[in-house]
Amino acid sequence: MSKADAAAAILWVGATFYALFGGADFGGGFWDLIAGGAERGERPRDLIQRSLTPVWEANHVWLIFILVVLWTAFPPAFSAVMTTLYVPIALAGFGIVLRGAGFAFRKSVVGLSERRAAGAIFAISSLLTPFFMGTVVGAIASGEVPADGYGAPFSSWLAPLPLLTGALFVASGAYLSAVFLVGDACRAGEADLERYFVRRALAAATVAGACALAGIFALHADARYVFDRLVDQGLPLVIASALCGLAVLAVLLGSMGRKRPNGGRNRPVGRGLLRPLSAGAVVAVVWGWGVAQFPYLLPTSLRIDQAAAPDPTLTVVFVVFGIAAVLVLPSLALLYTLSQRDLLEHE
Amino acid sequence: MFLLDALSLAASESNLLAAREQMAFTLAFHIVLSCLGVALPAIILLANYIGLKRGDADAMELARRWSKAMAVTFAVGAVTGTALSFEFGLLWPEFMDRWGGVFGVAFAIEGIFFFIEAIFLAVYIYGWKRLPGWAHFWSGVPMVITGIGGAFSVVAANAWMNQPQGFTLDAAGKVIDTDPLKVLFNPATSYEVPHMILAAYMVAGFLVASIYAVGMLKGRRDRLHRLGLLIPLTIACIATPIQLFVGDTAARAVADHQPAKFAGMECIQETGDHQTEYVGGICTEDGVKWAIPIPDLDSFLVGFSADTEVIGLQDIPPDERPPANTLLHLSFDAMVGIGTALMLLATWLAWVWWKRRDIPRTPWFLRAVAVSGVASVIALWCGWIVTEVGRQPWIVQGYMRTSEAVTEAEGLWFSFSAVLILYAALGTTAILVLRGMSRRWREQGAEPEDEGPYAPRPSREAGA
Repeated sequence: MSKADAAAAILWVGATFYALFGGADFGGGFWDLIAGGAERGERPRDLIQRSLTPVWEANHVWLIFILVVLWTAFPPAFSAVMTTLYVPIALAGFGIVLRGAGFAFRKSVVGLSERRAAGAIFAISSLLTPFFMGTVVGAIASGEVPADGYGAPFSSWLAPLPLLTGALFVASGAYLSAVFLVGDACRAGEADLERYFVRRALAAATVAGACALAGIFALHADARYVFDRLVDQGLPLVIASALCGLAVLAVLLGSMGRKRPNGGRNRPVGRGLLRPLSAGAVVAVVWGWGVAQFPYLLPTSLRIDQAAAPDPTLTVVFVVFGIAAVLVLPSLALLYTLSQRDLLEHE
Repeated sequence: MFLLDALSLAASESNLLAAREQMAFTLAFHIVLSCLGVALPAIILLANYIGLKRGDADAMELARRWSKAMAVTFAVGAVTGTALSFEFGLLWPEFMDRWGGVFGVAFAIEGIFFFIEAIFLAVYIYGWKRLPGWAHFWSGVPMVITGIGGAFSVVAANAWMNQPQGFTLDAAGKVIDTDPLKVLFNPATSYEVPHMILAAYMVAGFLVASIYAVGMLKGRRDRLHRLGLLIPLTIACIATPIQLFVGDTAARAVADHQPAKFAGMECIQETGDHQTEYVGGICTEDGVKWAIPIPDLDSFLVGFSADTEVIGLQDIPPDERPPANTLLHLSFDAMVGIGTALMLLATWLAWVWWKRRDIPRTPWFLRAVAVSGVASVIALWCGWIVTEVGRQPWIVQGYMRTSEAVTEAEGLWFSFSAVLILYAALGTTAILVLRGMSRRWREQGAEPEDEGPYAPRPSREAGA
């Protein structure tokens, strides 16, 4: 593996973490959005807020990580993407600002109408932000970004594959979030919320699976290079993702039909595997995308090695990544552990 | 053909203006929150330490409240900072394309600092109730270190734009090699970084103190308010004299390395020794009008001798002179003036404290502290105007003009308008939310509220 390829792998590691944790946070906002009126949605919203509050900012930093690694290690790719897809990127940017502010404000105001307004902003932007991010990824995969930038500002992303990718981002975030929330509800001993999110996880898994499947057809039509590699070198990852997804469906369906004696405290078979399996399904898609467009950063106009910054810069990226692995990952683990053991508050 | 060329030239000039305005506005908004992100942790931890060490319930309560306020400012700062990293590409794609691989290393390092800061901020802010006291205190310490580290990285990137080095270009001007250490430790880093970190401590300290000064002027003279005034004010007052020294060094370095910027901010037209220092006034090509002139002082400040030669704007090629000289000059004077006034405030406090272990009794002291917060923010903005406008027409001093860096995409004025509206709403809401929190704390005392996101009223509410 060349230095440039290694830097691209680091970019993909960042994208993987963001898809998992950032994605799940967006999904939390999605479930908040459709949780219904203040009274009916109170308990699910409360659970969502409890699991999001201590971790969303840390999860958000993966996006910064991706941006910084992209513009440092592959500056021409960064500016080509920005000058072509500025419309969805700017919209996603607005969404990020509104979402973070809405979430922070909702915790800090008391009146119902204020909370509702802040909550609505948080929830709607939780839907729109990942959608626009997805259209960006879809447009890149379908080869709409020329190496010199300034591709078509609208038709590049207002096309079947980018729009499907946008939907896939929303659905997979919702799916991950629902699965995580099943675990959180189980831990909190709230059996009805557990069932609530099992149902939603099933629905989201089905929609995400359908988007992914439709995406493969759209790839066939609009992005032949990526499609050909996906069904060749990327095939093991496609299969892995499908298997993980089906296993999650099986576990969820299994726990739906089951009567739960002694207050829902016993864990259904395979429940412990839910999180790793659902994460696996998403990780396999992210890496499937990477493998499928290799060796291109922007298929098929800019290769990884063409876009790469000089070697000393890439070395800094490696060092930074090494430090992140040594310092940031254990810190994140500490944060998640404290959060999962209810040692952190949520107001 | 000629008409088309003229039109596209006008369009790119229009883009340049819109992009510069948007960047300036969003940076000005974000920098205040950055200051809080950099310096509030230390202020909070000092209160936390006093609270733990002396069993001081008031100090603990202050630390708890400030950390809750920081949760809001940090969240808004995190997202407006993300917006800036989008803007780098959306507004300045050619800058990023050509130089991202050079100065990007500073941001890559900043990413690590920001990550760790966000993680431990969450542990600290949400760990008040269930983590043991000292463990909780120590969970906050990484925020202080990463705040300073993050400020170092970001400001080093800006310093590099002023003093670019650490790269090799080929004949076509493409970067073919880099030296990341030289990028990070460029000559301007040595004064820009401490200048900004001290500014952050001054802004955060004076801002928090000013809130308690206002409360005391309204008659709230309890111990909580006194402590809430003294803890941040002490930190800001310690930073102030150091800042004056660092700022003075910075101005001399600018005179040395970026003579065009220095000539602009001091309104120097003709090169020569025995330069007059002008305080205030309007800059014109025929010299300064309506200013207070102090003979020889400018030369003396630059080289400790009236014989020091200082380069004037007329020796700078016209297309390399900074624009808006009056703005530059007045910004520089305002920054120095406010810094000096804050120095007097710090001296006043230190003197009275040394005499009788108390703050000055006159309400004029509280009034001065009450305006010090806003004044320090204005000084901060003025400083950045001097740095950024003073570097124009360059985005990378001597290597790339800002006009070469700007995007050719359309709709920039539209996005700038949207940003203006969004940030105005964001700023207003943030202030209202913080005021609401403070009012609640006053009414409830130390009782924290513990509700879900949507606590319904007793009566039935129609759906959202």
